[in-house]
Amino acid sequence: MTLRFSRTILAATAAFGLSAMALHAEMANDELNINGDLPITVKAPAAEHLKGHLDEVYSGWLFRSDETRAMEQDDFDNPIMIFAEQGMETWDKVDGTAGKSCADCHGAIEEGMKGVRATMPKVNSKGELWSMEDYINDCRTNRMGAEAWGWDSGPMHNMTVAITVQSRGMPVNVKIDGEAAPFWEKGKEIYYTRYGQLELSCASCHEENYGNFIRADHLSQGQINAFPTYRLKNAGVVSIQNRFKGCVRDTRAETFAVGSPEFHDLELYVASRGMGLDIEGGGVRP
Amino acid sequence: MKNVRPRVKVPKSASAGDVITIKTLISHPMESGTRKDKEGNVIPREIINRFTCEFNGESVIDVTLEPAISTNPYIEFEAKVPEAGEFKFTWYDDDGSVYEDTQKITVG
Repeated sequence: MTLRFSRTILAATAAFGLSAMALHAEMANDELNINGDLPITVKAPAAEHLKGHLDEVYSGWLFRSDETRAMEQDDFDNPIMIFAEQGMETWDKVDGTAGKSCADCHGAIEEGMKGVRATMPKVNSKGELWSMEDYINDCRTNRMGAEAWGWDSGPMHNMTVAITVQSRGMPVNVKIDGEAAPFWEKGKEIYYTRYGQLELSCASCHEENYGNFIRADHLSQGQINAFPTYRLKNAGVVSIQNRFKGCVRDTRAETFAVGSPEFHDLELYVASRGMGLDIEGGGVRP
Repeated sequence: MKNVRPRVKVPKSASAGDVITIKTLISHPMESGTRKDKEGNVIPREIINRFTCEFNGESVIDVTLEPAISTNPYIEFEAKVPEAGEFKFTWYDDDGSVYEDTQKITVG
């Protein structure tokens, strides 16, 4: 009883502290146009299903510093393009017992994969919710006779980035009704559930406090349209579900694993919160 | 496994006497030599230790790189273009490999 009482006080103090001490900083008033010829929508009216939650949706790009935003404006300055190029090379390489490359079935990556990232994750023919990583590994194991790649392995990152950049500038277009609805509902439930010792839900930071600082971090809306992204602190690629893991860990919770059903559902729900924005992956984030 | 690939960005043309911005990037792990693997053994140093740029045989920049420089070193600098010609870029790896790239520029 005593324990519960002190915890309540602690939570109340923490909540007060957060709102009273919150430091707010304006987003950048800036437009994203990659290489000067690929305009990206980074600000849009929120989708119908976000009514009462958000009025407008913003890409995380708007919350980043001048220097970080500039890196994403030019493909030469964007370090993720190194990984994209490596993925494109792999695309044309034969691998596995079937003697096939990705290109043998899908053709040129620029054509065959155009728009694919914008629809991910989606329900497959067996009624399961699959992310891009699942589709890639399904091709590798069942069609190519090759070994599956680890979710956060180098070759998987290269390939997801190479496929993602083919959809840059196309609006997020995930299906959330029909057979996707139960996954979406579950994802929404996870989004609003408080996890960890800090008892934070995704919404605590990314809906109620975006624009404010959490210690030194400028909170964004947690959109995933720029993922997979290059994180400067990792000097490498970070996948969508790996970022989720980092967030949940920061609430001091035991996290779900990458590739888990929970993170698939959450990926669909978070993707749907970005409807109206364009795919800008691979982005650059601090 | 190393997948090293140099990239450079130089304007295609300039006016004589113009100062242009040159951007270079090479994908390289830049293993510092101070990290240890899972068994506690030191991972040997393997970095790009020198980068040079020449214009028509004349040195533009000569850089010594140190182990604290991050993965995929990016070097940006300015150069004056007195005449049409060719920039030559060279990266020197600890393992003895030399990576090269060239880029022509016209003056008009």
